[in-house]
Amino acid sequence: MTIREKLLGMLPKGRHAVIGVPFFWMLLFFLLPFAIIIKISFAEADIAIPPYTSLTEWADSQLTVLLNFGNYVLLSEDQLYIAAYLGSLKIALISTVLCLLVGYPMAYAIARSSKQMQPVWLLLIMMPTWTALLIRVYAWMGILSNNGLLNNALLWLGVINEPLQILNTNIAVYIGIVYAYLPFMVLPLYANLVKHDLSLLEAASDLGAKGYTAFWKITVPLSKSGVIAGCMLVFIPVVGEFVIPELLGGPETLMIGKVLWQEFFNNRDWPVAASLAVIMLLILIIPIILFNRNQAGEMEGKA
Amino acid sequence: MKKTKQMLLAAAVGMAVVASVQAEQQRVLKVYHWSDYVAPTTISNFEKKSGIKVVFDVYDSNEVLEAKLLSGGSGYDIVVPSNPFLAKQIKAGVYQKLDKTQLPLWDNLDKDLLHTLEISDPGNQYSIPYMWGSIGLGYNVDKVKAVLGDQPIDSWDIIFKPENISKLHECGVALLDSPTEIIPAALHYLGLPADSEKPDDLKQAEALLLTIRPYITYFHSSKYISDLASGNICMAIGYSGDLYQSKSRAEEAGGKVKVAYKIPKEGAGTFFDMVAIPSDSKNVKEAHEFINYLLEPQVMADLTDYLQFPNANQQATALVEESIRTDPGIYPPADVMSKLYTFPDLPAKTQRVMTRSWTKIKSGK
Repeated sequence: MTIREKLLGMLPKGRHAVIGVPFFWMLLFFLLPFAIIIKISFAEADIAIPPYTSLTEWADSQLTVLLNFGNYVLLSEDQLYIAAYLGSLKIALISTVLCLLVGYPMAYAIARSSKQMQPVWLLLIMMPTWTALLIRVYAWMGILSNNGLLNNALLWLGVINEPLQILNTNIAVYIGIVYAYLPFMVLPLYANLVKHDLSLLEAASDLGAKGYTAFWKITVPLSKSGVIAGCMLVFIPVVGEFVIPELLGGPETLMIGKVLWQEFFNNRDWPVAASLAVIMLLILIIPIILFNRNQAGEMEGKA
Repeated sequence: MKKTKQMLLAAAVGMAVVASVQAEQQRVLKVYHWSDYVAPTTISNFEKKSGIKVVFDVYDSNEVLEAKLLSGGSGYDIVVPSNPFLAKQIKAGVYQKLDKTQLPLWDNLDKDLLHTLEISDPGNQYSIPYMWGSIGLGYNVDKVKAVLGDQPIDSWDIIFKPENISKLHECGVALLDSPTEIIPAALHYLGLPADSEKPDDLKQAEALLLTIRPYITYFHSSKYISDLASGNICMAIGYSGDLYQSKSRAEEAGGKVKVAYKIPKEGAGTFFDMVAIPSDSKNVKEAHEFINYLLEPQVMADLTDYLQFPNANQQATALVEESIRTDPGIYPPADVMSKLYTFPDLPAKTQRVMTRSWTKIKSGK
């Protein structure tokens, strides 16, 4: 064996190379940035470029590693951070439920429509996402403001006498989030519902379970993995949402994205901002693990 | 086939040569500036005069600019931070010293203002003032008269006395969403130093702001410009130039709404936007040429005419339109000038206390 062959032999082949690519991707774009965030979270804020201290110091042949846990201590000392995490989780939870309530019937209707119409409906669901999110949120500001479309229409119809204060309240935040994240709920649900074997419903019907009962006993349990996938895709990004609450929300909208912004920009404290982000990720990992378990269970069930 | 290849190669080489020659001839300057903060001809005149191509990007908050500068390698040659931010950034080593031999027009700058600015830039080594302004009261003349009667609008009492602001609440009050600019106003009103770092003083300011919190319609740093002009709100604490812009907009819309600006008699906060060169700038010579251009009296006078912010160029004042030059809200008389204060570079701890207070004031948490 020549050296060249030996070296070539060390490279991963076939199957391993194929599996290696996504792993490498995860390492580069998820694990590495997260490691940097963790590193910053143990540093101290400083007036420098970049504005935090270095964790390690090499002097007199000695390597000193200085970990500062003060940032995490700070987070536990002030009720604000806990309130902000809870605020984010509450908004994410309610938005996810609302998305599911609106999205499920939509996905169901699309999955049961004719084969020719399905791509049209799906296109209509996805079309709004072709415009930048920021512009769509600004459009909502125009619709919801005191002299906006909605209030003017209601005033004209005589439903209300005074404009409703919707913009800059949590109601506006829910409207904006449900609107923006609905496609992420509908698409996985549709992908699941369209695969259902309709003969199961026929069999149920033969056995006396009509419409409503069959839906709850057959369709809903079968679509469980679609519901979970949709809920994850909505819940996780909404927890860290910044743009929508910032533009549509009011002073009482307390979410972790805003607090993170304040730490990073107003207080110039990158380490505290980083530790906030680390804790947020830890909170989110729990539902992700549950999801993975469910997926694994499903795979086994099929095998 | 071979011939085509050769021809393609020759063309590619030719293009590369042309491109490199162009790059040598075309001098560029990368400017990162506030949005809506130059006159329509400022940049084009400079390009014509100097032959330098200006790449112009904008930001809308000091924080966004700072995050870019502190990450390192911003890629810009000219930036325009406000003075408290500049102070911190100088300490972080973000800027390079100006070479004053390349700035022959330096002496046009107002000596008193330069002296004031030494709290941010000791020795005026890193920056020149671009525009400055005050943070005062902008209001809808008729609506405020309707709720407050003939009371003169010339004091912070209008905002900080609940009996006044509770009446103004009916027609809408907006405050800048900026703890470091509003909390000092409250401190100053209480007779405490506006730059106080004492926790007790800051607590008092917080308590004062909490008493008026129920009457504040919203906190925002730019929305008041259009809301005041359209009559959606009747009182705003805001930046002088922005409030004058609101006044112009109201006039353009037919003059149904009359907007006025007043610096309260107790004094007010002032901010200076400063022109500086990041230390990693690649076009240092061009940056100096641009700064020297900004020191030309006519250039500054045109900017003030357009933006309605005063400048710091002594020679420019006479060239500014009379209506602007004599407006006490834009060019304050000496007795008002003596009561103005500017914002210091706060220690991280005080900054944190202020941000925290602000969240409490705004959201009650």
